[in-house]
Amino acid sequence: MDLFILLITAAISSGTPLLFAVLGGIISEKAGVINLGTEGIMLIGAVISCIVFIQTGNLFVTLVAAVFAAAGLGFIHAFLCISLRSNQIVSGLAITLFGTGLSAYLGKAIAGTALAVSVPKIKLPWLESVPFIGRIFSNLDLFIWVSVALAVLLYLYMYKTSLGLHLKAVGDSPSTSDVMGISVAGYRYFHVIAGSMLMGLAGFYLIMVYSPNWIEGMTAGRGWIAIALIIFARWNPLYALLCAYFFGGLDALGFRIQLFDIGIPSYFLKMLPYVSTILVLMFIGWKNRHNPPAEPTSLGIPYFREQRF
Amino acid sequence: MPQYAIDMKDIVKRFGEVTASDHVSFMVEKGEVHALLGENGAGKSTIMSMLSGLYKADSGTISIQGKEVRIRSPKESMELGIGMVHQNFRLVQTLTALENIILGEKGSLWRGTSWMNKKKREIENIADRFGLRFPAGVPVWQLSVGEQQRVEIVKTLYRGANIIIFDEPTSVLTPGEADQLFRTMQELKQNGKTMIITTHKLKEVMAVSDRISVMRKGKMIANLESKNTNVQELARLMVGREMSNGISIKKKQRGKPILEVEDLVVRGTHGNDALKDINFTIFEHEIIGIAGVAGNGQKELAEALTGLIPWTGGRVAFNNANLKVPTVKNLIDKGIAHIPEDRMKSGLAGSLGIVDNLLLKTYRTKSRTKYGLLQKKKNKTWAEELIKKFDVRASDLHSPVRQLSGGNQQKLLFAREVDQDPKLMIAVHPTQGLDVGATEAVHHMLVNLRGSGSGILLISEDLDEVIQLSDRILVLYSGEIIGELDRAQANKEYIGQLMAGLTGKEEAVL
Repeated sequence: MDLFILLITAAISSGTPLLFAVLGGIISEKAGVINLGTEGIMLIGAVISCIVFIQTGNLFVTLVAAVFAAAGLGFIHAFLCISLRSNQIVSGLAITLFGTGLSAYLGKAIAGTALAVSVPKIKLPWLESVPFIGRIFSNLDLFIWVSVALAVLLYLYMYKTSLGLHLKAVGDSPSTSDVMGISVAGYRYFHVIAGSMLMGLAGFYLIMVYSPNWIEGMTAGRGWIAIALIIFARWNPLYALLCAYFFGGLDALGFRIQLFDIGIPSYFLKMLPYVSTILVLMFIGWKNRHNPPAEPTSLGIPYFREQRF
Repeated sequence: MPQYAIDMKDIVKRFGEVTASDHVSFMVEKGEVHALLGENGAGKSTIMSMLSGLYKADSGTISIQGKEVRIRSPKESMELGIGMVHQNFRLVQTLTALENIILGEKGSLWRGTSWMNKKKREIENIADRFGLRFPAGVPVWQLSVGEQQRVEIVKTLYRGANIIIFDEPTSVLTPGEADQLFRTMQELKQNGKTMIITTHKLKEVMAVSDRISVMRKGKMIANLESKNTNVQELARLMVGREMSNGISIKKKQRGKPILEVEDLVVRGTHGNDALKDINFTIFEHEIIGIAGVAGNGQKELAEALTGLIPWTGGRVAFNNANLKVPTVKNLIDKGIAHIPEDRMKSGLAGSLGIVDNLLLKTYRTKSRTKYGLLQKKKNKTWAEELIKKFDVRASDLHSPVRQLSGGNQQKLLFAREVDQDPKLMIAVHPTQGLDVGATEAVHHMLVNLRGSGSGILLISEDLDEVIQLSDRILVLYSGEIIGELDRAQANKEYIGQLMAGLTGKEEAVL
């Protein structure tokens, strides 16, 4: 029982950076722009957090710095994809390569420094008495609750507000949105940059809470998993919540099983989230082979008003 | 002096080297239905796009309701009271009709149930007033084309449009739906709306408009009162020469059977049977027309017979030999040509040039390749001969074919298909979106092919075309052949009834 609770807690905490990144990817893709720069943006978010925290020791300042650094990269991606109408895949890959390289360079001096950081925990004493759930939820850190709230808020934003309707229209049919007086470029810029900020937040969480010392390439492909999870979650923020914790659980499981010395080499267990990503994508593709795709219809296609067809 | 709702003066718009609009002046009086007539590429859409804020004019002035304005975006156009019903509907297919209509509305951030219900009532009120019925709560892609158009019209009304532009509104409608649209337009006119309709169908123009402007090759040619003109004069103005009076088809003795279809069953995309026990035979020297409202199995029939989708039951014999689960390549090699529904989607590769597009089906043959390499020079002369023979007008052989006009694209497609001496041609909506001249050319090509001994399966929503060309007409209704008529029996009203699923001649009410 204790082990199970430990596992779930671990799943939540290792799923949270994924959740931030998936939510960021969802709003960006809903506006019609794929952001393959996730991995690079997370790394920049993490390394900037680390540097700024060592300098200032202030969690809030660190958070703002990480988010704005990510927004900078998001702006570059948005400018390339929206204003210059370049290929979104190439631009995203470039952002990831750039972010990986730059973070490695910036992080040289601070690699391995353990951060003495304490993230505020939200204590819910009244929950503690509830069996099972109480032990899991009564003592989570602030940012986990922030991520959950974000998922819910984004869900309401996307499905219950006029802005969300416009967002869907911009991602599905930019030419129609344009005729209806919606600023396609405006929506796309905003959501690509806001999405990148969430990816920066994912990097921030990763280094400030999940594993508080900088290692080169410490995201270890989480950015890529997040991109796959967008599809898994069918562009729905609430599904994203479940998917992120499921994959966080696999990550945590690989980690814990090693304690039991059951004779499986640890490398295989570490593979678990990545192999599952492939399997899950295959399963989703197979399951929906007869259905129209759930992705935004104009995903990946630059919009140009005076284009003649 | 009449009050003009729209007064455009000396409008010039260039796309690269092409002058789409050459010092065009266009005036529309308040409260009239004004037809803007012209072939494809004459510049109608360019003028309309400037009114709706999609394009900006290079020079010239626009006045709306007597005030000079600059229309820089669709939003500004909307604020001036201009609404446009686009040819390719500007609807987000994944949203419901209701969501599409309120799209772009600012204010009232929160969209709870009560708000949505309020809007629904408001929209239903407008729809009822003009007799425009459609289901408001399902995604637009599930609606029929006619219903989608009604959503578009209600959308412009909801946004308070006083001037409504209909861009080729009937090109996608059945005859019945078109009549209904004209009734709606009369209703709107009585409510004081000003309307512009762009089209190249002359009969419609005469039926619906008060005044007519004719454009040709980017220039405004004439401005007439409908009651002072006639179809012949309009055709001459539009095309710039006398039009022949349709096409004459010589009676031909039909030859051997080419294609025999027996009890054909094809599964549709949603798992239902899109075609149920279809039986027919196509003979040499014969055009078989398939009439029917879109979505009654025509698409599946064409796709099955060209090898794109498998059939689940029945037998198909080509030249007396049974076809077993054929592949596309197999059928091409056997001599089945295909003019697909959407020429730019599955007919031609838009970004390739003319030579490459002509090669798409024959690149593997000996005359086109040597040692696995394409014979550049030889293929070029071959392509030049073909485009000369089929009168494809293009500036050069290597610029992307998507830049050609629709008519030239279709001629190019025919050049490729006919060059292989097909035994059978499956032609789906072969004249959709083409102007008068190109339509005539396509009809000639089909008739010539028939004369040379091929069989043709003509699937079209243009009933006039089907009646004019076909030796026999089959009417498809929900996956079944509901009626078969030969040329002598063909009668538009009766076929229209069959298309609506009414079989008995007596019981039908129209």
